[in-house]
Amino acid sequence: MSKGVAITGMGIISAIGNNVSENYKSLIEGRKGISKISKIDTIHKNAIMVGEIDFTNKDFEDQLGLSADNNYSRTAMLGIVAAKQAIANAGITDIKKYSTGLISSTSVGGMDMTEQYYYEYLKNDKHRKYIDSHHAGDSTQKIAEHLGIEESLVTTISTACSSAANAIMLGARLIKSGELDRVVVGGKDCLSKFTINGFKTLMILSDTYNTPFDENRKGLNLGEAAAYLVLESDKVVKAENKKVLAYVKGYANANDAFHQTASSENGDGATLAMEQALKVAGLHPSEIDYINAHGTATGNNDLSEGRAIVRVFGNNVPDFSSTKPYTGHTLAAAGAIEAVYSILALQNNIIYPNLNFKTQMKEYDITPQTELKEKELHNVLSNSLGFGGNCSTVIFSKSQ
Amino acid sequence: MKKVYINSIASISAQKTFDNTRFLEEICSYAETVLPVVSPNYKDYILPAAARRMARGIKMGVVASKLALEEAELENVDAIIIGTGMGCVRDSEKFVSAIIDNDEQYLTPTSFIQSTHNTVGGQIALGIGCKGYNFTYVHSSNSFESSLLDAKLMLQNDEANTILIGGVDELGAHTTELHKVVNHVKKNIENSLDILKSNTEGAVFGEGANFFTLGNEKKSSTYAEVIGIKMYNTLKSSISDLAKQFITSQKIAIAHIDLVILGNNGDVTFDGNYNELSSELFANTQQVYYKHLCGEFNTASSFGFWLASKILKNQHLPKVTKLNNINDSSFKYVLLYNQYRGKNHSFTLLRKC
Repeated sequence: MSKGVAITGMGIISAIGNNVSENYKSLIEGRKGISKISKIDTIHKNAIMVGEIDFTNKDFEDQLGLSADNNYSRTAMLGIVAAKQAIANAGITDIKKYSTGLISSTSVGGMDMTEQYYYEYLKNDKHRKYIDSHHAGDSTQKIAEHLGIEESLVTTISTACSSAANAIMLGARLIKSGELDRVVVGGKDCLSKFTINGFKTLMILSDTYNTPFDENRKGLNLGEAAAYLVLESDKVVKAENKKVLAYVKGYANANDAFHQTASSENGDGATLAMEQALKVAGLHPSEIDYINAHGTATGNNDLSEGRAIVRVFGNNVPDFSSTKPYTGHTLAAAGAIEAVYSILALQNNIIYPNLNFKTQMKEYDITPQTELKEKELHNVLSNSLGFGGNCSTVIFSKSQ
Repeated sequence: MKKVYINSIASISAQKTFDNTRFLEEICSYAETVLPVVSPNYKDYILPAAARRMARGIKMGVVASKLALEEAELENVDAIIIGTGMGCVRDSEKFVSAIIDNDEQYLTPTSFIQSTHNTVGGQIALGIGCKGYNFTYVHSSNSFESSLLDAKLMLQNDEANTILIGGVDELGAHTTELHKVVNHVKKNIENSLDILKSNTEGAVFGEGANFFTLGNEKKSSTYAEVIGIKMYNTLKSSISDLAKQFITSQKIAIAHIDLVILGNNGDVTFDGNYNELSSELFANTQQVYYKHLCGEFNTASSFGFWLASKILKNQHLPKVTKLNNINDSSFKYVLLYNQYRGKNHSFTLLRKC
């Protein structure tokens, strides 16, 4: 078993930037990417706010050099942009030199196209090319193709809002068990009418800026994004004399087994995930310096997650914040977006503010970090909690 | 490293497979290009009030998981890992059409909730109170194989002792229509059992749920041992070369393979890889196929895995599955190969216990 799981590259595109440095700049400057929706014509446009990426699909097609007859969903294009950045950042010029896999994730898949041409497909063949790009694995296959990953382990995870955290977890286990030398892991999701209306029917969309861990929180803002990490084994790091950005030190997935869409009031699943991740990492709770919380700003999530944090950390809750006020909730991509932010926090010894926080919650007395804070960081814990009771924790560390 | 055993099986398919005391003795044939499952009496397993709310995929998954747990005499497992190409696709269809038909108004959340890919895994966990690891893989024809690989890693490394895995997909009317207009479904078929003779493009579509409990301890119920599983997103060299590499990596030789289980679906455009293996590398090996029985769907290969498990335990080949006639008994190593439309290939190697 390989001991370490090194992160040697990362890439990201989100509502607060088209690459890693733009995202970091927005994070430290406290610049939100939340606005009224402009690219989807929805009747809810005045009632919601979203984290939208500026580029149009046409912009992406041009950037990626796609031919006019391409059948790329927006999800696929976001994923390719971020994954290519990660490969470049890891200094990989020959992808075939080591056995390289891709573990991606999505919840929306090609739904953005399906919802536009759903009935038209049966009437004429103009957009039928997109029928094949609907299923969740399609965008992953296209990323693999763009990275030159062939005859290899390529798969897709979909566990709602914990998907990308689970992709990182599987990737780490594949490296540890020696199945792969190198694996690209992450997630992508674009905005769609499907998710906007879905969360709208659940009545958990805020009509203004989302406010995690605030007593008066009104719900989440949806966002679109993609982020990928390159994970490499000790063997590759040594042979290539690789610069390591951080390590995946611990991880765990647990199930709340409470309700299909709501979290248990005391956060059983999240508690289990954090405890087991600490165990895998061999860390004591006191060694966690910062928690990048899931913090969606829904009534249910923040109560449940906050209680779970108190259960795990007791009277010594480390600094914590949610970065969803910046990006919105990017669903399957969230775990990867926040992995990049956690690694940037470690690299720069910075804790991001939990923007928009005003009022302390009544149910517990922990308060998120509300100002940018400089502090020596060694271990950062990131939570991702989803529908189906799916709870995931990943711990990122400076040292192996 | 610990060994990995298939300790129980359950199948809901277009055949009467949910009765595990039988083994494809009575065969259902169809004059249709889309094969629905032969449903068990869901009310025997799920309270009627709950069953009414459940999507078909959830019902199939919940019942198949109950049957698999029962056979292994387990009340709970350490992990639940599901493969599904499309999740509860009927609910996705319902929600999309409701958005369009009603201009985003008067929507209810039920179909949105059930459309989430990990609903089956979540519902099973909820039903048995399983707080363990719960993953769902959604990668076309490698969805089930991904769940198998994940479970195998966990059991080998002793991260879990018992795991429920399953492949589940349901048919959705609109989605099937879409696959028809792009010729992924055959135009017509006189008898679904004759797909390999069709000489036409497209497949006969199906649905189903095939669930298994895997463990790192052998039990009296054990069917077989999982030796190896490997996936390939694309095929660049030849399938024979990949097969040879895979078998060599498992430290056995081609001659050790007693049975090959192939995922041919009768699509003339894409059956070439299967035909290459059956006519060359494994020309002298007993071969079986199964998609004429269950239809093609993203997790149809889990029916192949069910078939392999049954054959290894019973040491008997149902006549209807035979692709050639070389060897009728004494099966030790079984190799499965599957792909869909030339992508997402996989080899799985099982051994008699």
